[in-house]
Amino acid sequence: MSTATDTHHDEHHGPAKGMRRWLFTTNHKDIGTLYLWFSLIMFFVGGAMAMVIRAELIQPGMNLVDPMFYNQMVTMHALIMIFGAVMPAFVGLANWMIPMMVGAPDMALPRMNNWSFWILPIGFTLLLMTFFVPGGAPAAGWTIYPPLSLQTGDAFPLLVFGIHVLGISSIMGAINIIVTIMNMRAPGMGLLKMPIFVWGWLITAYLLIAVMPVLAGAVTMLLTDKYFGTAFFDAAGGGDPVLFQHIFWFFGHPEVYIMILPAFGIISEIIPTFARKKLFGYSAMVYAIAAIAFLSFIVWAHHMFTVGMPVAGLLFFMFTTMLIAVPTGVKIFNWVATMWRGAMTFETPMLYALAFLFLFTIGGFSGLMLAIVPADFQYHDSYFVVAHFHYVLVPGAVFAIMAAVYYWLPKWTGYMYSEFWGKTHFWLSTISINVTFFPQHFLGLAGMPRRIPDYAVQFTDFNFISSIGAFVFGLSQLIFVYVIIHCIRGGVGRATDRVWEGSHGLEWTVPSPAPYHTFETAPEVK
Amino acid sequence: MFKAKLSGAIRHTVLLGLFLLPGSALAFREGINLPRGVTSISSDIYDLHMLIFWICVAIGVIVFGAMIISIFLHRKSRGVEPAKWHHNTAVEVVWTAVPFLILVGMAIPSARALIDIEDYRDYDMSIQVTGYQWFWHYEYRGEDVSFYSRLDDDSNRARQLRAHREIDPLDVDNYLLEVDNRVVVPVDQKVLLLLTANDVIHAWWVPELGGKKDAIPGFVNELWFEISEPGVYRGQCAELCGRDHGFMPIVVEAVEQEEYEAWLEEMRDRNAENEDATQVSAIDVAR
Ligand code: HEM
Ligand SMILES: [Cu+2]
Ligand SMILES: [Cu+2]
Repeated sequence: MSTATDTHHDEHHGPAKGMRRWLFTTNHKDIGTLYLWFSLIMFFVGGAMAMVIRAELIQPGMNLVDPMFYNQMVTMHALIMIFGAVMPAFVGLANWMIPMMVGAPDMALPRMNNWSFWILPIGFTLLLMTFFVPGGAPAAGWTIYPPLSLQTGDAFPLLVFGIHVLGISSIMGAINIIVTIMNMRAPGMGLLKMPIFVWGWLITAYLLIAVMPVLAGAVTMLLTDKYFGTAFFDAAGGGDPVLFQHIFWFFGHPEVYIMILPAFGIISEIIPTFARKKLFGYSAMVYAIAAIAFLSFIVWAHHMFTVGMPVAGLLFFMFTTMLIAVPTGVKIFNWVATMWRGAMTFETPMLYALAFLFLFTIGGFSGLMLAIVPADFQYHDSYFVVAHFHYVLVPGAVFAIMAAVYYWLPKWTGYMYSEFWGKTHFWLSTISINVTFFPQHFLGLAGMPRRIPDYAVQFTDFNFISSIGAFVFGLSQLIFVYVIIHCIRGGVGRATDRVWEGSHGLEWTVPSPAPYHTFETAPEVK
Repeated sequence: MFKAKLSGAIRHTVLLGLFLLPGSALAFREGINLPRGVTSISSDIYDLHMLIFWICVAIGVIVFGAMIISIFLHRKSRGVEPAKWHHNTAVEVVWTAVPFLILVGMAIPSARALIDIEDYRDYDMSIQVTGYQWFWHYEYRGEDVSFYSRLDDDSNRARQLRAHREIDPLDVDNYLLEVDNRVVVPVDQKVLLLLTANDVIHAWWVPELGGKKDAIPGFVNELWFEISEPGVYRGQCAELCGRDHGFMPIVVEAVEQEEYEAWLEEMRDRNAENEDATQVSAIDVAR
């Protein structure tokens, strides 16, 4: 490191040493690693808040925290899980895998890549600081509806700027992914030859660029309403509180697909590998993702069926929302058809993929039920909705991320993880997540509203069960950390280059662990 | 005391066990499913809900069935060779078209029910409902009757933080679902609610009367019901509205017409006595 030539040498063949490696890195693998660790930490921070929520709800009565603090927990839990855990995990996977999957040496814009990551901790410092300012953290829900959100104390500008920073990070990451995919594919890799994970991310990146500025606009309007005398959302000043909801959900609904399309891609990689059979209906899978992305822009008001819309509006949003079930169904049927007459084995990534398939489908069913406007008049803002979105987000998005980690960990570290502990983690997580969230369907139907810190005694039993499930799920995640660290330190032995018997794709042609630089000369794709 | 705790714990353990037994969770008893309720809207919604539920169950049986069969039959340990095919246009067209047709089949009754629900004409009486942080105000239009409705005193004392609470929530009847002044309405009359709010958005929801509607500052939203059976129906605010969002219940009492008129009389007298009390602003009456 002492001479210029050495530094030069390092840049091309190996990482710098110490902190500088991580601060100044422009290497897609390093940045991917940073994203993934960051996401894991945020998963535990957000998870700790979930534990506070479930501890308060284990019995009727206010047993632990003040209602205001409870609302802060609900709000910050959601913001951290969405923007801190799920989204960065997917970006981390994109950084690691997309260049290797398309045969590119790195991401197209490596310096911007460094920034996309490093402003994330800045954004979260702003957000987490809010716990220590007068008035406490934001407590109006992650949906920050005015006028309630305008009652936030000094946390408000920190929240708004935090969201701006996270949005900029996402947009930069998305631009990088699009440019990489569009310009850096190896010769012979036509668009319709790309792995589905790459397709899923390409479309997700466009969604991000389309909707993050909308969110930024919405929170900026809130900011000017609060501090600069505008009245965009203030009825007393001629504004309209419902306008905010329209803008927010124009961002919010595509946002939920931002959290699931990359997951679709992951599952489409893993099932063919362990079924030892090609993905069924490749082009239908691509078109289904595109159709879902398009529809996600014209369904937003299904989150606001109870605000008092004209019947024509209710009907329009009901029909478009129901339509989403068609491409979603196509995806599920194609995955099942991929398994059909395959020769399956059930290593941990496959177990997670199968759990995804079962449990995401249950979330899809409840989504379809929520789309039915008259029924949604009952379901809306009840625990039924909480059950729905946790089914699509935890055994959906989060399980897909875990599946991806187990799937690619040997490629990243060069070692095999412990299958025993991986499977233990899987079974504990899968059982406990159902114990946690299945009873919440019943609670919602029986009339328990969401976002309440205390409840009528008839809801006691299911809340108790749900809390127990949540604690078990929370503890089980420590096994995940153990498996990862154990694997990095040598695991249960060296991994081969192919790693899995049924694996296909460029990432499996490079050695394990993947060298610091891969595909400096582009591979030939037939 | 200790014994009660212990038997509570045992009951919970047994329940947890029961829940884990497949099927027991599907036994629809009260507290697990949507109530059928006491209005035409609520029972229409219930029927729709069950219809879509069973459609989902049927699709689920097919999809999960195929998955489970595949997981058992098509595993490497049974020595099978993976098939080589990876697409089939006919099948793919079928499983795009058939779900679409099922959706059309669901959309028609849903649209019908929706159009009925959204028919606010020809009502018999109307009540203006205003949401406040954190209680409701009801004004019977044209009747000169209006009052605030707040969490009842027992619930309020029981819902304090553990260190400050004077009663155990389990010892309160209808904990968190009782108010000081109930909304009394006659049965078999179409009652129109005109909903608005004074500060932030709230939502008025009594499951047994049908759906909910948001109460939004600067807007007037409508919601109607026609109750067929006398009784007491309970609900809560359903839109996060700040610290005490969980503590602003709604209680509707449906009575026969004569009883309703007697109640109106009584309320008018009470209002006359407390002229001043009803005139003060919301801030003053807030607890
Ligand atoms: C078949 C596909 C789906 C349909 C038809 C659907 C439908 C709906 C509807 C109608 C609501 C609003 C419910 C209400 O508030 O009354 C909702 C809420 C929600 N959905 Fe879905 N959904 C689907 C899939 C997904 C997926 C894939 C995700 C994310 C990965 C997702 C995440 C959410 C979230 C986070 C909410 C709640 C937002 C909030 O109010 O905080 N949904 N869904
Ligand atoms: Cu949505
Ligand atoms: Cu409320």
